[in-house]
Amino acid sequence: MRLSVEVEHRLGEFALQAAFDAPSGVTALFGRSGSGKTTLVNVIGGLLRPGRGRVVVDGVVLLDTDDGTEIPCHRRRIGYVFQEARLFPHLTVRQNLLFGRFFAPRRERGPDLPGVVDLLGIGHLLARRPAGLSGGERQRVAIGRALLSKPRLLLMDEPLASLDAARKAEILPYLERLRDEAAVPIVYVSHAMAEVARLADTLVLLEAGRVIAAGPASDLVSRLDVARAEGDEASAVLEAEVIGHDAELGVTVLSSRAGELRIPSLNLPAGARSRVRIYARDVLLAVDPPGRISAMNVLPGTVSTIEELPDGSMMLQLDCGDARLLSRITRGSLRALGLRPGSPAYAVVKAAALADRLPAI
Amino acid sequence: MTDWLRPEEWTALRLSLLVSTTATAASLVPGLAVAYLLARGRFWGKALVDTLVHLPLILPPVVTGYLLLVWFGRRGPIGTFLADSFGIVLSFHWTGAALACAVMGFPLLVRAIRLSIEAVDIRLEQAAGTLGANRAWVFGLVTLPLILPGIIAGMILSFAKSMGEFGATITFVSNIPGETQTLPSAIYTFTQVPGGEAGAMRLTVVSVAVSMAALAASEFLARRVSRRLAA
Repeated sequence: MRLSVEVEHRLGEFALQAAFDAPSGVTALFGRSGSGKTTLVNVIGGLLRPGRGRVVVDGVVLLDTDDGTEIPCHRRRIGYVFQEARLFPHLTVRQNLLFGRFFAPRRERGPDLPGVVDLLGIGHLLARRPAGLSGGERQRVAIGRALLSKPRLLLMDEPLASLDAARKAEILPYLERLRDEAAVPIVYVSHAMAEVARLADTLVLLEAGRVIAAGPASDLVSRLDVARAEGDEASAVLEAEVIGHDAELGVTVLSSRAGELRIPSLNLPAGARSRVRIYARDVLLAVDPPGRISAMNVLPGTVSTIEELPDGSMMLQLDCGDARLLSRITRGSLRALGLRPGSPAYAVVKAAALADRLPAI
Repeated sequence: MTDWLRPEEWTALRLSLLVSTTATAASLVPGLAVAYLLARGRFWGKALVDTLVHLPLILPPVVTGYLLLVWFGRRGPIGTFLADSFGIVLSFHWTGAALACAVMGFPLLVRAIRLSIEAVDIRLEQAAGTLGANRAWVFGLVTLPLILPGIIAGMILSFAKSMGEFGATITFVSNIPGETQTLPSAIYTFTQVPGGEAGAMRLTVVSVAVSMAALAASEFLARRVSRRLAA
C-alpha cells in the first residue's frame, strides 16, 4: 500500500498546504488542534473537496482537481472511524457492523464478522443498541463497522479523544491488535504523543496547515521540532528487546539501539519486543561517567543539537549509538557543563522513570 | 350497532374517513420531497417555496377553496386539462374534497417532517457514505428511519386537519350528501334546519371520538419508534 496526498485548501484565515507519502502500516498525523489534521483526512475520505488536491491510494487516483477526477465518498472504499463513534441509533450493533458489508464488493477479500467481533471483543454486544453502550464499546463497534466495509485504507480521526483515561487504556490494546493483525493500512490522527508513540510506524507532523516533518516514527519522535511541538511531553521512543531479568535487583534488562536499558521488572519473556519511552525531563546529563549513583542507566553519547525552548530551558539532542535521546536542562546547567554540539556526554536515567514503559508490541 | 347513527350520518362519516385517508396518503410523498428540499436544499427561490407551502395555513380557508375552484373547477385551466386528458373531474366530487383537505393539511405535514429532517445528525449520513452507501441508500437506511416519528406526527396532523376541514371543502366542492358532505358539512347542515340539534350532537361525538383515536394511534406509534431509537 502506498498513500500519496497533496492538498491546498483555504478556509477563511486558515490555509492548509500539505503533502505527504505514507507506506503501509500506521501513519500518524500529529499536531495541535487546528493544525489541519482533520481537514486532511476529510479530503482523503472524500468528505471535503479541497481547493486543489491529489489523493492516490495504491495507484488508484481518488482525487485530482487538476484533471477533474473525483471519486465520490461512497465509492472510495476508505473506512473512517470518527472521533464520536457515529453509530446508527436505530440499528443494533450487529446491523451497524454489517452496514458497510452490504455495500462492499463481494469478490474483494476482507475480514469477516466473527473475526472482527473476536478482534475487538464485542461479541456480547451484538444484540444491543448503541444507546446502551459505553463510550469505549461504541468506539470498538465503530472500528469494527469500518473494517467490515473492506476498506483499502482506514482513517481514524482521534478515535480516543472523547474518552477518559480508563476507556483509552481499554481501547489501545485493540488498536495495537488491529495494527498487527488486520492487513489494513491506517492513517491515525492524534494530538496525543502517547498514542502516536505507541501505534505509529510513520509520523507526519503538522503545524498551522503545513507538514513540518515526516518520516519513520521511531526517528521522528525524538527530533527536536517534534519535541517543541509537544512541549513538556517531549520524549524519545526506543524499540527494545527483553534480554533478561534480574529478580534479585528487581529489574528487567532490555537491549536497544542506545545501549542496554534497565527498567523495573516486567512480566515479559526474553526476546519479547517493547517500546520504551524516555521523557526529556527525566534525562540527566553528565560530562564524566558518574561514580556511585542510584540511576541504573548511563548511556554514553554525543550532543548533536542544542535548542532553546520558548520557556527558556534548553533541549539537547544526544546521539547514543544510532538512537537519539532528548534531555531538557536549564540554561545554567548547560553553561556549567560547557556542552556544545559535538561534546561527549552521558545520559543518566533512573530505572524508575522508565516504569511508564509501553506494553509489548 | 348501526342504530344510533342514521344512514346519511354513516355516509358522512365514511366519506370523511375516505377523504381524509386519501388526502393524507396522497400528500405523503410530495410532502416528504418538499420537506427534504426545504430542510436541506440550497436554491434560488427557497423562501418563495416556503411561503407558498405555508399559504393555506394563513389564508382564510374560503379563499383557498375559491382559488381551487378557479383553477381546478370544470372551467379552470388545470381542471379542464385534467378532465380532457385523464377524465378526472374534481369539482363537486369527493376527490375534490380530498384535494382541498390535502392542500389545507400540507403545511402541517411538511412542517413536522421538515423539523425532524433538520434534527437528523448529518454526521450519521456522512458515516453511512464512508461505508459505501450512495445518497439514495443513505436516505432509505439512515435518514428515513430516523425521521419516522416526524412523518407519523405529520400524517396525523394532516389527517386530523382533513377530518375537520370545512371552509375550503364547502367552497370548492359544495355540500352534496353522499358525494362531498363530510362530517363538518353534515354538522353544519344539521344546525341550519329546525330540530337538527340531536343529529349535530351525534356527529360531534363521532368527530371527537375519531380525533382522539387518531391522536392515541399517533402517540402509540411515536412511542414505539422512539423506544426503538433509545433502547
